[in-house]
Amino acid sequence: MKAMLDFYFTQMKMAIQQQIQYRVANYFYMIGMIAEPVIYLVVWSTVARAQGGSVGGYTPGDFAAYYIVWTLVRNMNIVLTPYVWENYIQRGELSMELLRPLHPLHATLAYFSGWKFVMIAMWLPIAAILTIVFQPTLNPQLWSIAAFAVALWGGYLVRFMLLWLLGMITFWTTRVSAFFELYFTLELLFSGRLVPLSLMPQWVQQVAAFLPFQWAFGFTIELLLGKLTPAQALYGLGAQVFWTLLGLFFVNLLWRAALRRFSAVGA
Amino acid sequence: MSGKKNGSGKILYPDQATIHITQLEKYYIVPEREAGLRAAVGSLFRRKHREIKAVDGISFDILPGEMVGFLGPNGAGKTTTLKMLSGLLYPTAGEAIVLGHVPSRREKTFLRQITLVMGQRNQLAWDIPALDSYELNRAIYQIPRGEFKRTVDELIELLDLQDIVRKPVRNLSLGERMKAEIAGSLLHRPQVLFLDEPTIGLDVTMQRRIRAFIAEYNRRFGASVLLTSHYMADVVALCRRVIVIHHGRILYDGGLSGLVEKFSAQKTIVLTLPDSNIDLTSYGAVRSKDAGRVTLQVPKSETSRITAQLLADLPISDLTVEDPPIEEVIEHVFAQGAEAAA
Repeated sequence: MKAMLDFYFTQMKMAIQQQIQYRVANYFYMIGMIAEPVIYLVVWSTVARAQGGSVGGYTPGDFAAYYIVWTLVRNMNIVLTPYVWENYIQRGELSMELLRPLHPLHATLAYFSGWKFVMIAMWLPIAAILTIVFQPTLNPQLWSIAAFAVALWGGYLVRFMLLWLLGMITFWTTRVSAFFELYFTLELLFSGRLVPLSLMPQWVQQVAAFLPFQWAFGFTIELLLGKLTPAQALYGLGAQVFWTLLGLFFVNLLWRAALRRFSAVGA
Repeated sequence: MSGKKNGSGKILYPDQATIHITQLEKYYIVPEREAGLRAAVGSLFRRKHREIKAVDGISFDILPGEMVGFLGPNGAGKTTTLKMLSGLLYPTAGEAIVLGHVPSRREKTFLRQITLVMGQRNQLAWDIPALDSYELNRAIYQIPRGEFKRTVDELIELLDLQDIVRKPVRNLSLGERMKAEIAGSLLHRPQVLFLDEPTIGLDVTMQRRIRAFIAEYNRRFGASVLLTSHYMADVVALCRRVIVIHHGRILYDGGLSGLVEKFSAQKTIVLTLPDSNIDLTSYGAVRSKDAGRVTLQVPKSETSRITAQLLADLPISDLTVEDPPIEEVIEHVFAQGAEAAA
């Protein structure tokens, strides 16, 4: 355990050092990412005003809070995209990782965890500007701030496992972009990324309850916004644990077969 | 317990060998089709596959501390063998044991004792100094801090890395990067080194430096080394034993001198004469003439007779009999292997 903590700490430190080298690129990446929620925010705020001040209980101030917190949650749930796997295998980077006495999942998990500290530091001034411009309504309670801090990492783990699993398809077939696009469309629809889930049709909310997407997105945002009761917060944190463990179970289950497949073909 | 002789001629028992492989095979199934649209459409319905025998039943043993050159032309099966021995590839058939472990099981205790250096692959992070990547390796291999510091200092000194390890890797020259890569691969003091073209693309000075370092590492830590290189100078400098592989099969396993003995049908006679314009074609094939110095190539079996005749017939001031250059012999071996396989 001590050795593993040492590894995570060292890898995170290294990720921070590396990402600081690319601060300008990271800023542009973040600005590109922030364009998405700002568009949603402007559209929904306009709709709310046109409907007499709110839509489904969300005022323009609520929408501002939702989409500003969205930017933090989005930064926190950045993980290794499945698109990278193709290169990862073809360029032999996976081979070099497999020579180490450590599962590559740890290296990636620790690396992206470290990256977040750089992204959050860079996000703070952007969040301040968005706050000044859009005037969010946000009055969280102490318990929800604490639960939010945990849920941010929980959401990261859920999304990490899901996208790692998705990326593993690359072991069996190349040109997997179509699968990935389908995944991201489903995520957009069922996670609360596009719009708060409570504003979606009833059937979408019912389907979303059986899918993992909202636990990496909408749940975390609504937690800070004070839209959830303590019981709902606990249920959501439990769902994050459940989906993370389920993802880990399938990663372990398929990893051996994936490696066998990889080492039959070579790279 | 019965033993067998390995390529070095030593009697070897299976539990003594660092690397022990028997009838190791690796076959790949690859799709293939003719060029053109018609073939492309046809392949949607009838996919043709071909079996490629990358490694075809090879056996050898390597002793602790032994340095062995693994030679063969491109596509001979060298890298595939190294990958099987380091646990990256599952063999199709046969047995491989490295340090008492089956490599394909990829046990942590096994991975902690080996390294694979590939001249064209990087393990160091591109954007930060190599020292930071070394620190990550310390954490991965759980090297105690004191030991890690001693090893890093030692490697920095041996490879003359003082300034290099403090610069971002992307700012290093190819040779500097290779030295830094090698140091990073050896921090955990592996007992087995698989070196795949470690000097590729480097200038002569840097090649020499890396060779000297590998020899020193082998001497200090008694590590076994299996080295592939297209530069014969690497092999000549480091390995007394070579294994020649071609089309996945071993053509030769033994001493470097024995390779020349076995595969070269020619000897080279170098003469120093007062007049190099004398016609020597009746003695052998004249390879060069330069200021009284003539090089003749003669059949090996005729060497003694021709030498005696030259000394009797001509006013020779100096005469030496040499084996042909090792590069020529290797080229000859590969050509023979290709003919045998054709």
